[in-house]
Amino acid sequence: MRLVTGNDLATGDVVWWTGRDWSRHIADASDAGERAEAIAREEEASRRVNVPYVIEASETPDGPRPAHIKDRIRALGPTVRPDLTLKPADALAGDWVI
Amino acid sequence: MYKYDEYDQSIVDARVEEFRDQCQRRLSGELSEDQFKPLRLMNGLYLQLHAYMLRVAVPYGTLNARQMRMLAHVARKYDRGYGHFTTRQNIQYNWIKLEDAADILAELATVEMHAIQTSGNCIRNISSDQFAGAAADEVTDPRPFAELLRQWSTFHPEFTYLPRKFKIAVIAAEEDRAVMRLHDIGLQLLERDGVLGAKVFVGGGMGRTPMIAPEIKDFIPADQLMSYLEACLRVYNRYGRRDNIYKARIKILIHELGADKYRAEVEEEFAQVRQLGIDPPAAELARISAMFAAPAFAADGGSVADRSDPDFAVWLDQNVRAHKQSGHAIVTISLKPIGGIPGDASAEQIDVMADLAERYSFDELRVTHAQNIVLPHVRIADLKAVWEALAEAGLADANLDLISDIIACPGLDYCALANARSIPLAQKIGQRFADLDRQRDLGELKLKISGCINACGHHHAGHIGILGVDRKGTENYQLLLGGSGAEDVSLGKITGPGFDEDGVVDAIERVTDTYVRIRETGERFVDTYRRVGMQPFKEAIYG
Repeated sequence: MRLVTGNDLATGDVVWWTGRDWSRHIADASDAGERAEAIAREEEASRRVNVPYVIEASETPDGPRPAHIKDRIRALGPTVRPDLTLKPADALAGDWVI
Repeated sequence: MYKYDEYDQSIVDARVEEFRDQCQRRLSGELSEDQFKPLRLMNGLYLQLHAYMLRVAVPYGTLNARQMRMLAHVARKYDRGYGHFTTRQNIQYNWIKLEDAADILAELATVEMHAIQTSGNCIRNISSDQFAGAAADEVTDPRPFAELLRQWSTFHPEFTYLPRKFKIAVIAAEEDRAVMRLHDIGLQLLERDGVLGAKVFVGGGMGRTPMIAPEIKDFIPADQLMSYLEACLRVYNRYGRRDNIYKARIKILIHELGADKYRAEVEEEFAQVRQLGIDPPAAELARISAMFAAPAFAADGGSVADRSDPDFAVWLDQNVRAHKQSGHAIVTISLKPIGGIPGDASAEQIDVMADLAERYSFDELRVTHAQNIVLPHVRIADLKAVWEALAEAGLADANLDLISDIIACPGLDYCALANARSIPLAQKIGQRFADLDRQRDLGELKLKISGCINACGHHHAGHIGILGVDRKGTENYQLLLGGSGAEDVSLGKITGPGFDEDGVVDAIERVTDTYVRIRETGERFVDTYRRVGMQPFKEAIYG
C-alpha cells in the first residue's frame, strides 16, 4: 500500500492522510494508491502540512506498517523514550519499529 | 560573563519580532515551506522527524544560572520537559510547535539568549574551551576573543550566505579541549615575545570528508586577528564551491587549492583588508575582557577533608580537574548515566545545575562539546556538597572521559538526516561496560557515535568511533579506531565490514579486551592503537 505522510504545519506533528483529512495515527492512514503523488502535491499547495511525501507500506493485522524504519519511527515516536511515543503505556511498542 | 549592551539587545529583540511576523505569514499560508525554510533555519528552527526542533545558541558554551533556568523553563513550558545539549555547546529542543517559536525566542531574549547562527550557511556559534577562565594551562581567557568573533560574525553582510556553514573554535591552551583542529577555522591563542596573538588553522572538519585543518598562519597578533579572519572568509566566499553541497566546505577548497595557494590568497587579501580598519580598538577588547574578569575567588578555598565515601572519592578523581586558582576546582557534570541518553537533561536537572552554579560556581556554567556541563569555579571545600546535590538529582556519574562518557548524535530517533539510531547503541555500550572499575581500568577512552555521514557525533575523532549507515533498509554500524579531537588530533580508520547493533557492541568489547591484553604501562587505548596499528584489533574483531 502507498501512504501519504508529512508534518502538521502548526504543531510539527507527524500526520497521515486518511483519504479525507490528516490523522496523527498511522492506523487511520488509507492506501492512496496511484493518486498518492497527486494528493501530496494538492496537500502541499494547501499549506496545512509540511512537505507531504509518499511512502510504501505493508498492510498488517495491526494496521499499515511503513517499509522503512525511519517512517516507522515517525509513526510511533522515539524508540528511546517510550513515554513520548503515541503508545506510552505499551512498553513493547518499540518492537514494532525494529 | 558578557553583558549585552543596548545594540545587542535591540538586535535580538528586532530579530524576534521579524521572525514572529514570518511565522505568522507561514501559519496563515502566505508563505510556502520553500519560502519559509531559509527564514526559520536562520532562527534555529529545524523540522525533524517528530516535530520542529529549536537549537538555541550558547555562545562559546558559557551561560549563567538565570539563562540556565530559562532553558529549563522552555523545556517545561514549550517542550516535553527536557533539552538535549549538543556537540557544538548548544541546546536543542525536540518537540517545538511553530506557533510557539516566536514566543520562545522572545522569552530567551529576556535573558540575552537567541537562536541566531545555529543553522544556515553562516558563521555558526563560536565554540571554545569549556575550562576557559579556569584552566591552569591557558595563556589567556579565550572567551573575550570568542565574543569579539561573535559580534563580528553576527549578521555579517558578506558572510550570511557563504557556500556552506562555517564553524570556528578558539582555545588558549596547548591541551585542546574544543576539537579545534576539526573546525573550519581553529584559533590557538598564544604569546610570542610578549605579544598576544593566534596560530590559525583553516580547513578542518568532519562530515563525509574529514580533514585536519592545516596551519595557515603561524602567528597573527591579536590586534590584527579580525582582519586576518575577514581575509580567510573572503577567499573562501570567493572561491568556495556553490555548485555541489558536498564540496562546498572550506576544507574542500583548501584541499583542492593546496594550503600554500590558499595562504597566499589570504595574505594578498589581508593586505587589502588591513587598510579597512575593521580591527577593534584595544579599548573595545579591554571592555569585553573586563566582563570576563576572574570572579572574586576565596583566599582560602579549603581542602577535601574526607574522602571516606568511596563514590565521592571516585567522582573527585574522575570528574574534578585542577583550577588555576588554588583552593578551587573545575567540576564536570556528566550527562551520561548508564542507560541514559547522552546530553539529555530534564528541566528539573537543568534547574539543579543552575542552582549549584549560582551557589557554588560564581554563577557560571559551561556546556561542553562532549555534551556535559561544567561548573568552572567551585571551592574545594564545597565539592562534597556539590556532589551530594548532584547525586540526589541523578547527575553524579563519575565517568568523565571513560568509555561510557559517549558522544552521540540524536540519530534516527529524532533526526531527519540520520540513517541509523545512535542513542540505543550508546545505551547498550554503556550497559555492557557499566562496571565503573572496569571503565576506570580501561582509562581514557573516547567513544563517539554518529547516525549518519554528517558526523554530528564526531565519530571520526573518537578513539573508538561508530558510524551508522543504512544497508538495504536496515541499520548497520561501521567501527572506526584511532581518532582523536584533542591536541594529538587524528582521524579514525574503519576496521572493516560493519555490524548490526549487537554485533558492534561485541566488537567493541573485543577491541577493549585486546587493548587490555597488549597495552604497556601508562598507555591509553589510543596510544596502544598508535603503537601496534589496526591489525591486532582487526584480528580480534573478525577472527
